[in-house]
Amino acid sequence: MTQNRMDTRPDESDVTQPRLGTVGMLRWAWRQLTSMRTALFLLLLLAIGAVPGSIWPQRNIDAGRVADYLARHRSTGPWLDRLGFFDVYSSPWFAAIYLLLFVSLVGCVVPRSKIHWRAMRAQPPPAPQHLERLPEHGQVEVDGTPEEALAVAREVLRGRGLASRLRPGGRYRLRSEGLSLSAESGYLRESGNLLFHTALIVVIIAIAVGHLFGWRGDRILVTGKSFANTISAYDTFDPGPWVDTEGLSPFTVAVDRLDVTFEERSTGAQRGAPRDFTAYTRTQASPDAPRVSQILKVNGPLKFGGTSVFLLGNGYAPVITVRDGAGRVLMHEATPFLPQDANYKSVGAIKVTSASPKQLGLFGFFLPSEYIDEASGPSSFFPGLKNPALALGVYEGELYPQGRPQSVYTLSTEKMAQLKNSKGDPLRLLLRPGQSTQLPGGRGSVTFDGVQRWAGLSIRYDPGKALALGGAVAALAGLIASLMIRRRRVFIRVRPLQGRTVVSIGGLAKGEDPGLGSILEDLLTTIAQLSDTKPSRTESSRTESSRTESSRTESSRNGSSETESSRN
Amino acid sequence: MTNETLALYANLAVYSAMAVFTVAMIAFASDLAGAAPASLASASGAQKAAALVGAGPSATGPAPLVPGEDPAPRRRKAAGIAMVLTGLGGLLLIAAAAMRGLSVHRAPLGNMFEFALVGSMFVVLVFIAISLRRDVRWLGLFVVGPVLLTLGLAITVFYTDASELLPSLKSVWLVIHVTVATFSVALFTIAFSVVILHLVKTWLEVQDPLSMSRLKTVVNAALPPSRSLDRTAYGIHAVAFPLWTFTLIAGAIWAEQAWGHYWNWDPKEVWTFVIWVIYAAYLHARATTGWSARSANYLAIVGFGAILVNYMVVNVFFVGQHSYSGM
Ligand code: HEM
Repeated sequence: MTQNRMDTRPDESDVTQPRLGTVGMLRWAWRQLTSMRTALFLLLLLAIGAVPGSIWPQRNIDAGRVADYLARHRSTGPWLDRLGFFDVYSSPWFAAIYLLLFVSLVGCVVPRSKIHWRAMRAQPPPAPQHLERLPEHGQVEVDGTPEEALAVAREVLRGRGLASRLRPGGRYRLRSEGLSLSAESGYLRESGNLLFHTALIVVIIAIAVGHLFGWRGDRILVTGKSFANTISAYDTFDPGPWVDTEGLSPFTVAVDRLDVTFEERSTGAQRGAPRDFTAYTRTQASPDAPRVSQILKVNGPLKFGGTSVFLLGNGYAPVITVRDGAGRVLMHEATPFLPQDANYKSVGAIKVTSASPKQLGLFGFFLPSEYIDEASGPSSFFPGLKNPALALGVYEGELYPQGRPQSVYTLSTEKMAQLKNSKGDPLRLLLRPGQSTQLPGGRGSVTFDGVQRWAGLSIRYDPGKALALGGAVAALAGLIASLMIRRRRVFIRVRPLQGRTVVSIGGLAKGEDPGLGSILEDLLTTIAQLSDTKPSRTESSRTESSRTESSRTESSRNGSSETESSRN
Repeated sequence: MTNETLALYANLAVYSAMAVFTVAMIAFASDLAGAAPASLASASGAQKAAALVGAGPSATGPAPLVPGEDPAPRRRKAAGIAMVLTGLGGLLLIAAAAMRGLSVHRAPLGNMFEFALVGSMFVVLVFIAISLRRDVRWLGLFVVGPVLLTLGLAITVFYTDASELLPSLKSVWLVIHVTVATFSVALFTIAFSVVILHLVKTWLEVQDPLSMSRLKTVVNAALPPSRSLDRTAYGIHAVAFPLWTFTLIAGAIWAEQAWGHYWNWDPKEVWTFVIWVIYAAYLHARATTGWSARSANYLAIVGFGAILVNYMVVNVFFVGQHSYSGM
């Protein structure tokens, strides 16, 4: 780190010693919180804090795995849970880190913006007496008087009208004082840095907006069915605290067909991997809008204003008919089954509430490509429909003891008894599409009519999305400016030496600047060239040159004009 | 649809590249071994046109990374051969990536093997690009070595048959996001090598040159001054970090399209974020008074450690929506 750093931010070294008294303490605490060192510390803390969420299962992503983990780790699990390890990103300690960082960021950006605002309109500082003490410096001897050399230097630094190769390091803002010049360039570096940090604040605000006003709903929709965007239509609905649940956009979506392709050619680990999911839908933006056919794909959501419908899952819904002993249809429905593995071995439950005298429940597996595994029983060898079968056990009794709610995919068998076959073993049905079987004791029959698919739709609304994207893009632009632009100060002094002039140059950069040396060198060379090739200028030659079109004389006129302003 | 013959040729190209890099590595090593202490003349500031003299450690102007253009430059035939071979290896990797991509009709960025292949290709290409502007022959060994290691792991441990993609991966964002991610990882890798060399060099610089072992003397002579190494490392990080920021943003855009939410704290997202934060801390540390370049560089090492975790541990062991390593 150079000792002569150009600092435009509040330096933490001038932190005042805490004076006694609350105000002093608060001020001290604030200074600490908004110091670079604290920002650094909090950044590292944020990185460390984020890691557990990738190691332990998270409730917001997969509550099932969390429950599973807790069941398997009875001693450590509850402790981890208390510490928030299964909800890391909504835990108080994680929030504490990012809120502190947020405050620190605001407390850092605001004063720096003020300082930068002032710096943008201030003159560069006067040139130091001893340029040779600066980290980069040099000198050269040129023809002409010191004033002439200074005028040339001014032109070169201002760079106006010069070919780009003649203005090394870009344009500078100038300050002239006697036989010295100070120049500064690269103000955009700090602007970019402030833009970056401010944009991060914007992103954080956008995320908060999404949390407060956004919502997400999930719905499993069997092909041929439709659903309207109201809370009651969702299987799960997760609104932010400030969502107006009455005011959801009134669209409807019907899924006519769902095409699913799996890898069949490969024989290795890739066999059965999903290749394409396409849902053919008909949608209506509102009850009186026209119906449109739209294709919904994994990377291609449907959009209704700010609400998007995503295709996130799929599975099978076997169509089953249950009849009573007299042949009357008790139930005829496509029931979604949930896939359990990559080959879509799926579980589900069929609840026949209208069966009497006791209610009937069927529970078991749907297997798109059935085979019997020695160890685990009915299994599936491929996710596509190669050998579809239903393997079900049958229960009778009370489906909803005390009316308690339960998952639609499982059967609560507390108050139910499993039917037995003639040998006294639990009854197991194995049905293929089109097949029917009689239940023992004249209880009726079960028919497996066929298979439909279901689409797992996820519907999201996030009003902070666009703001987050805008903030992120601005942050990136600011970051690039901040890292690529160099903030430099260049000082020039001239003094006469036996009828000629010695031009000294010195330079100073903020942060790392490997190019500073060569830029000073180029500046010096350019000044020397322009000074030495120029005829000595008088009042008359200046007026003359103003009529010439050559770029060099053109700019030399500019350079020596008396209306030089240090702000350009 | 995959074309197995092309995939096979791609693998052959990888093996050939590995053979070429092995020879290049030996040549780089023998070049370094020839760095006699006598050749370590002071940097060439004196040759400059205008009498620009420096004071303080940053005086050498446009950062000559060459450890000395001394009056009688040592002959570096081995290094020349090594550079040519590295270029040849780079071409073979380009061919391998292209054939792999053609064999599955998509960008070769779908599984761990392909990431490793394309990443190695980028490392070599970036190294060659830098070498066109400055003399970085001293770095060759520390670029080709890791590349060779990566390719070895790729073709054995990470190898995945050429195949099509999962539906969620079929998106232009795959190409944009993963290409930039892989490219910035390549830059971080080179920067990491330089950071390690910087640590070695600072350690050697404080030792008495007269009582150093032969190995230390050679290494000390072969490496540029620590300040220049540090500056190089910072420069590469300063390019890699915005690219990583872009990776993060592009990933969020893609997640929004594929899964409906731009940020879901999926393990892969978590680690991308962790890496970003660590390198942001690195850049901060460099600007914070009281942090030396060396302690900042430790953060860069931690950052690279996180990159390795992100690639090798998260892809394979953590459960998340990004589980497409093909393993
Ligand atoms: C969300 C948290 C933050 C992130 C991700 C972040 C990131 C960054 C990055 C990547 C840079 C490098 C740009 C450069 O070198 O020019 C930087 C620079 C800087 N940051 Fe932050 N920052 C954060 C918070 C803060 C806070 C709270 C402060 C206030 C103390 C701060 C003060 C600075 C300053 C002064 C620089 C300029 C360093 C220089 O160029 O000399 N940052 N920040």
